[in-house]
Amino acid sequence: MPDQLLFAIEVTLNGLMAGVLYALVALGFVLIFKASGIFNYAQGVMALFAALTLVGIMEGQVPFEHLINATFGTEIHGFGWEVPALLAILLTMVTMVLFAWLVNWLVLRHLVGQEPIILFMATIGLAYFLEGFGDMMWGSDIKALDVGLPQGINSWIDETTLDLFGYGFFIDNLDIAATIIAAILVAVLVAFSQYTKQGRALRAVADDHQAALSVGISLNFIWVLTWSIAGFVALVAGIMWGTKSGVQFSLSLIALKALPVLMLGGFTSIPGAIVGGLIIGVGEKLFEFLVGPLVGGATENWFAYVLALIFLVFRPQGLFGERIIERV
Amino acid sequence: MKDTADSHVTEDGRTIGGTLLDLRGITLRFGGVEAIKNISFDIRQGEIRAIIGPNGAGKSSMLNVISGFYNPQEGEVWFRGEKRPAMKPFQVARSGVARTFQNIALFDGMSVLDNIMTGRLNDMHAGLVAQMIWKGKAEREEVENRARVERIIDFLEIQHIRKTPVGRLPYGLKKRVELARALAAEPDLLLLDEPMAGMNVEEKEDMSRYILDVNDEMGTTIALIEHDMGVVMDISDRVVVMDYGRKIGDGTPDEVRNNPQVIDAYLGVAHD
Ligand SMILES: Nc1ncnc2c1ncn2[C@@H]1O[C@H](COP(=O)(O)OP(=O)(O)O)[C@@H](O)[C@H]1O
Ligand SMILES: [Mg+2]
Repeated sequence: MPDQLLFAIEVTLNGLMAGVLYALVALGFVLIFKASGIFNYAQGVMALFAALTLVGIMEGQVPFEHLINATFGTEIHGFGWEVPALLAILLTMVTMVLFAWLVNWLVLRHLVGQEPIILFMATIGLAYFLEGFGDMMWGSDIKALDVGLPQGINSWIDETTLDLFGYGFFIDNLDIAATIIAAILVAVLVAFSQYTKQGRALRAVADDHQAALSVGISLNFIWVLTWSIAGFVALVAGIMWGTKSGVQFSLSLIALKALPVLMLGGFTSIPGAIVGGLIIGVGEKLFEFLVGPLVGGATENWFAYVLALIFLVFRPQGLFGERIIERV
Repeated sequence: MKDTADSHVTEDGRTIGGTLLDLRGITLRFGGVEAIKNISFDIRQGEIRAIIGPNGAGKSSMLNVISGFYNPQEGEVWFRGEKRPAMKPFQVARSGVARTFQNIALFDGMSVLDNIMTGRLNDMHAGLVAQMIWKGKAEREEVENRARVERIIDFLEIQHIRKTPVGRLPYGLKKRVELARALAAEPDLLLLDEPMAGMNVEEKEDMSRYILDVNDEMGTTIALIEHDMGVVMDISDRVVVMDYGRKIGDGTPDEVRNNPQVIDAYLGVAHD
């Protein structure tokens, strides 16, 4: 096989795995948008906050350490224990559910029936609040996250491809793990939404609020549930991204990559979020590989947005979108 | 069965029991508009109770009060002999009150079957994981619920559209699916907001028959709003007449028909 083709295949595989992450973040958006018509600007920051909380709990940090020390003149530096990854993930999930409940109780409950743009503004406020709150709670330094996911080059793939093609593919174990986890997550979400009472209620609310109320579904419960699931998806995305590049502010910016994914996949389609994420992931890597050298590189910064723009012009409802996006 | 203080038997052999729902001095305002003005009436166990009146009389508002979509500023709602606290619509639904809407509220993205199944959501109690992997109690519940839903589908003769997405159905069938979903909850009180609006004569006859059959065979108490006087007089046991938010008549179809105020309202000027 010619080298160019092998490189291209390798790039495609890596792109697919980057796409998985975009898809996950986009999924968080879609879930909330479907159930409540809210475009949740804070989805990216939720991933950051979840990752921060996870690291904080694992390392035994005392929440609001700085604040407590500054206010009371104390010298607290952590609890002095470490929490195992699995337990810490559970505790973080509890935190995200609590967060979901608070958002509904303190903010969204009071905005029922408001214009979508008002709800959108509210989530912008929420995003900045959560960013500052996360910093205050856990500190703003860059943190390494290691929950025990495998990392580094997968030597089996490297050796096998070397034997077969005379060229070893570089595939990161973390990317493989991320892909598997994301696939499981999606499968669980689908099973949840298709087969459980709560999932059916969620689909009902996404379809028609009045009708949902009339069959005895509590909208508040469903909204807390969706935000909790979105929090869970954010946590998974946060773990993957945080393991790869450390837990830091830039993590919240992956949300910006989710935007073109949503334009491709449609704001209301779960399969759309997944396929859209993969297309953007592969597209931007391949484009950089093929066209990047001709135009001086750095195409990954804009490729996704241009692709989204083209889609907006020719197919504004996205690949699988159910209706024209008129809410954002 | 013999008549007692609390119940009596109708000419067609159905038993009407004691009071199921009692509305006392209900007043509902929207800003300055009084949609319902100090209205009281009751609905008895097993009866078909109609609410009629010209457009804008406050009929839908009344149904919305009963189903918890609106909370009245004044008055009390008594249900099964107890005063009901202010409730959310979903709580009222869970207490055994199902309803349909004047403008049809269905889940357009779901099939007919899935729509009707949502009526049974509150009768599912199995654990989350059990539901996802379809095991034990979850499976039994699902099978049982499906069987009940299939009976309703047969009852309303909508087998042929079971798998059709509701959004694609014609108006008359949508109305029937909405009724099916309400029935799936096996309610004690069924509220129908203009179940025959926009239907042709044949469809109206079908719907009337379904309503009578539901009442007769399932023993469901029904309160319905209807414009078509003929239909109302045919199927209801007692009728409340509203006009401009006030109650202007209440009684059997015959009593109401001969009530001068009602005749005024229906033959007067302000009509659709
Ligand atoms: N949600 C609402 N907000 C404001 N006004 C309302 C609302 N619902 C009903 N109304 C008003 O209450 C009055 C009665 O309406 P409605 O109950 O729909 O009458 P009907 O069903 O008898 O035609 C009308 O004047 C209507 O405009
Ligand atoms: Mg009405």
